[in-house]
Amino acid sequence: MNARSDRFTPLQRGLHWLMAAMILAMLFIGVGMVSTVSPRYWQLVSIHKPLGISLLLLVLIRLWQRWRHGAPPLPEDLPWWQRAAALASHVALYALMLAMPLIGWAMLSAAGYPIVLYGPLRLPPVLPQDAGLYTLLHRAHAALAYLLFLVILLHLGAALFHALIRRDGVLQSMAPWIRRPAA
Amino acid sequence: MPRSPTTMAAIRRLQPGRLTVIGTVLAVVAGSFAYAGGWLSPDRISPERVVNALSARGGNPVGHRRNHSKGICFTGQFEANGAGAGLSTASVLAAGRYPVTGRFAIATGDPAAPDASGRVRSMAIRIAAPNGQEWRSGMNNIPVFPVATVEAFYEQVLAARALPATGKPDPEALRAFAARHPEAAAFNQWARTAPWTTSFAEESYNSLNAFRFIDAAGLRRSVRWSMRATLPQAASSQEALARLGPDALEQDLETRLQAGPLRWHLVVTIAGPDDPTEDATRAWPADREQVDVGTLIVERAQDEATGPCRDINYDPLVLPTGIEPSADPILLARSPAYANSFTRREAEQGRAATGMAKPGDRS
Repeated sequence: MNARSDRFTPLQRGLHWLMAAMILAMLFIGVGMVSTVSPRYWQLVSIHKPLGISLLLLVLIRLWQRWRHGAPPLPEDLPWWQRAAALASHVALYALMLAMPLIGWAMLSAAGYPIVLYGPLRLPPVLPQDAGLYTLLHRAHAALAYLLFLVILLHLGAALFHALIRRDGVLQSMAPWIRRPAA
Repeated sequence: MPRSPTTMAAIRRLQPGRLTVIGTVLAVVAGSFAYAGGWLSPDRISPERVVNALSARGGNPVGHRRNHSKGICFTGQFEANGAGAGLSTASVLAAGRYPVTGRFAIATGDPAAPDASGRVRSMAIRIAAPNGQEWRSGMNNIPVFPVATVEAFYEQVLAARALPATGKPDPEALRAFAARHPEAAAFNQWARTAPWTTSFAEESYNSLNAFRFIDAAGLRRSVRWSMRATLPQAASSQEALARLGPDALEQDLETRLQAGPLRWHLVVTIAGPDDPTEDATRAWPADREQVDVGTLIVERAQDEATGPCRDINYDPLVLPTGIEPSADPILLARSPAYANSFTRREAEQGRAATGMAKPGDRS
């Protein structure tokens, strides 16, 4: 196995860790802002929208990089069900990363809110104002946010399982600076 | 019973210490998320709790705004005279005409309340600029807000909850609230002594909360604004309004608009250096600089059920570039509370009449 194939590219790794921090921040901001009437609400919501749209741009670059460079192969001795879980959770992660900002944008459009990013920067509405669409999208945005958080927990648990229990180098494909512990 | 060597080997292979590390990491992340979402702080005043309390003041607000529940839509124009352009870069303050979708309402939790039951009246507006920027504002015909903090507001709403037996608030709870909140004295004084009118058109409506206007040089000025009536106020009484019927204010508006448009002047008051900008219970001195920035021309009224204002959330934090919120906690709490009310009523559209939903339902 050569050095290239057992690691993600530097750009892929950079995008992964940047987006990991941004997505966790988004989820915590999102769940915090809908549960508070404190003055923090305004700051949180003002961060949530531009951060979400930035993530939309980043996930497009990331999907393109994944399509171009693929991913290092999983260890050959990995049981079939773990292999399937890895595939399913990664499909879910990419789908949710793409869907969440699009649903947020569409939801604000259907509510008739101006979509303010920063200063005078605004996005055009992508849907007409409609109570039914807004309701559907609002529920989807909330439900999928919880789902995304759960998949991220699973992803984190699996990464630690590879790093600490199996010690098979899967974590090192994304975090090559972490020393692989002796078995 | 001693464990066999094979069992011990199996346990070692599972590496309980390392599994504990993984479990701990996941529990810390999940726990922090639960903390951020307020699940570990049941005393946190969430938008959900505020709107639940607002929904329990009598009547059935399902499908309607949870506060200022009874209203009527209007459309018209805002004619900016350009005088505001020196104070703020907001596009709707540059000289010109901009379309307005608005709403008059009475402050009640019951969309079927008689007009004479609403001591406080409101005007909400959305002014749209051609560049997609909007200015939304919800204003009231009161000189000051009764409370300065969200906690006090929540307490006030709880005190105003309708008792199941009488359908009215507990007078004892209202008295207890008044005793604990001397800051409401100015509002109470107004409520006792200000004349009642029989028309939305004879009232002036105030932003109450402070905002900041930012001019082209980046200078920020604290401001409040008012929609000043151009019609004289004919002092009437609550009893006289009650005799005119439960929907007298809406009928009056429609009658007046058949004769021609109604006008208000948008007047911006600039704060002095020591004026309170984070406390809507305190008025600013009357001699502060005031700038008339334009005229609101109300042209047509529409029933709310089918009108253009029904699905607009008049969130006072929907502001154009050039206007910013102040740090007034009441202002900053209005946005999440309005959003919660909006999300509920949008979900309830079409099922309000079927009895499927109850005011306290989550959506």
